[in-house]
Amino acid sequence: MTTEPILKVENLTIDVPMAQGTLHAVRGIDFELRRGETLCIVGESGSGKSLTSLALMGLLPKKMRCKAAGLDFSGIDLQRQTPKAMRALRGDRMAMIFQEPMTSLNPAYTIGDQLMEALLLHRPVSKAEARARAIELLGKVGITAAESRLGQYPHQLSGGLRQRVMIAMALMCEPELIIADEPTTALDVTIQAQILRLLADLQREMNMAMILVTHDLGVVARIADKVVVMYAGEVVENGSAREIFENPRHPYTRGLLRCIPVPGKTKPGEHLGSIPGIVPSLIGKVEGCAFRSRCEVAEDACSSPVPVRRPGTDHAYRCIHDIPEGASA
Amino acid sequence: MARTIETVAEELRAPSPAAILRKRVFGHYGLVFGIAVLAVIVLIALLAPLLAGHDPYAQDLVARMKPPFWMEGSDPEHLLGTDHLGRDYLARLLYGARISLSIGLFAALISGLIGTAMGVAAGYFGGRVDLVVTFLINVRLAMPVVLVALAVVAILGGSLQVVVCVLGLLLWDRFAVVMRSSVLQVRDLEYVNAAKAIGCSTRRIILLEIMPNVVNNLIVVVTLEMAHAILLEAALSFLGLGVQPPTPSWGLMISEGKQMMLFEPWLIAIPGVALFVLVLAINLLGDGLRDVTAPENRG
Repeated sequence: MTTEPILKVENLTIDVPMAQGTLHAVRGIDFELRRGETLCIVGESGSGKSLTSLALMGLLPKKMRCKAAGLDFSGIDLQRQTPKAMRALRGDRMAMIFQEPMTSLNPAYTIGDQLMEALLLHRPVSKAEARARAIELLGKVGITAAESRLGQYPHQLSGGLRQRVMIAMALMCEPELIIADEPTTALDVTIQAQILRLLADLQREMNMAMILVTHDLGVVARIADKVVVMYAGEVVENGSAREIFENPRHPYTRGLLRCIPVPGKTKPGEHLGSIPGIVPSLIGKVEGCAFRSRCEVAEDACSSPVPVRRPGTDHAYRCIHDIPEGASA
Repeated sequence: MARTIETVAEELRAPSPAAILRKRVFGHYGLVFGIAVLAVIVLIALLAPLLAGHDPYAQDLVARMKPPFWMEGSDPEHLLGTDHLGRDYLARLLYGARISLSIGLFAALISGLIGTAMGVAAGYFGGRVDLVVTFLINVRLAMPVVLVALAVVAILGGSLQVVVCVLGLLLWDRFAVVMRSSVLQVRDLEYVNAAKAIGCSTRRIILLEIMPNVVNNLIVVVTLEMAHAILLEAALSFLGLGVQPPTPSWGLMISEGKQMMLFEPWLIAIPGVALFVLVLAINLLGDGLRDVTAPENRG
């Protein structure tokens, strides 16, 4: 794929002013995304992955300060847009799917009304056309009897169905970029798999760029083209999904991968890996590698600035050690 | 008890939403009573000219102080007797319902608009807006309503319009408090974020996403404040600072009858009972509506 990236993020930082000082929630994130690609942002709670996705949509709460050297969406500088221009983009060319299907739908309106809302808001279509599009998309996301569902209220639907409706809602205007913030965490495992397959299929069919925020590496392995591993507000490793899973370099990525059982490799009764310790506080000045307090190979030098190492064209990690391929950390 | 397939199927069949609502409304006796009484009073107020049979302003000094029908010496022309100026008491009572209802309605409407706007703004925007609104609510709560109303009416002179405006400008506190807290609960739910994510404007989010989900809390406050306003009007009129004579207001009727209280107690008993029944009906209605619309009672 040699096309121009549709989304370019350069050195994105997000600061949250708090009573105890400034919380540096996200510190210098870079990535690029082309149409048809799926980028997974992986990290544990509080690593800044959700904030990053909100920042892309321009939905950060006002008190949070967001800066970037470049925030470019198909030639549009997202940082320079007026609130009105951002509203015109949101829901039309970029859409978002939220984590909680139970509260993401307004209980006061029917499914149909909510599906049609985005389309009516952004496109000069008639109600009948919007309705037809809503029925078409409900069918696409695998909801049977789509027509009769339009008149139902959210409380009449199960969690899996609601998440399908949310996906249909996000796709109403055929966005170029879709951001899914942990779309499957609130669902049970069998439904998770269905929803993920659905997302992946639709993404391929509509040739969208997709950002999937998750902390589930199993999900990542299944659908990602590119992976960004975040730890404490920083990208510790990024690269193609194949590189990350086959040749993880950064100790954190390796630790994460040891936490999941691999069919055929993990023997019965064997202990899974774990990463001791907790995420450090990001309030105040953060220097050096944020992972050093939990890292097995940490040394004194880790508190000085950390270089970015590039073992391949599509692979980078941030560590003071030049970690060779395959060596166990 | 024989349970055939049919009876079990009948038991299992889910009732339609309309049927559930009907059952909830009609199963609530207080609500039914409140609606019925209020409907009767509204009808009376609307049809007062047809029902009264007398001009409420027409004085007849020859036929003054006639007792009502259940007492000796009553005049069948005047079912509820006449007052100290010989005006038909029934006609004044029926026309008085118009005053009380319109004061209740318009005062609740004005204060509802003010309080809702303030409460929603405070709840949604938070921060400085919230600080200012909370401060205003506290200022308002620190003012004794009756005293402020008395002072304003004393300066501007009493009339129906002045009383409605004064009460409307004073009774918004509960609306603001209730709306602020309900909007606070709703504004961080994901569907509000989802609405932002599809590009809705702030106005659209407040009016179309948040309001439908908090408006049921308003219903109860509206009824409470209506009753409150009606009682305050009666109190102001009783003190001579509300609606001015010869307008037939229930509070004024009590006030005019108070000199004769010992000898002609029905002069204050009749408007007093009317006031009591109206406020009771409104309160029952509000209570019932809260019970019926409360989410925990939804079957």
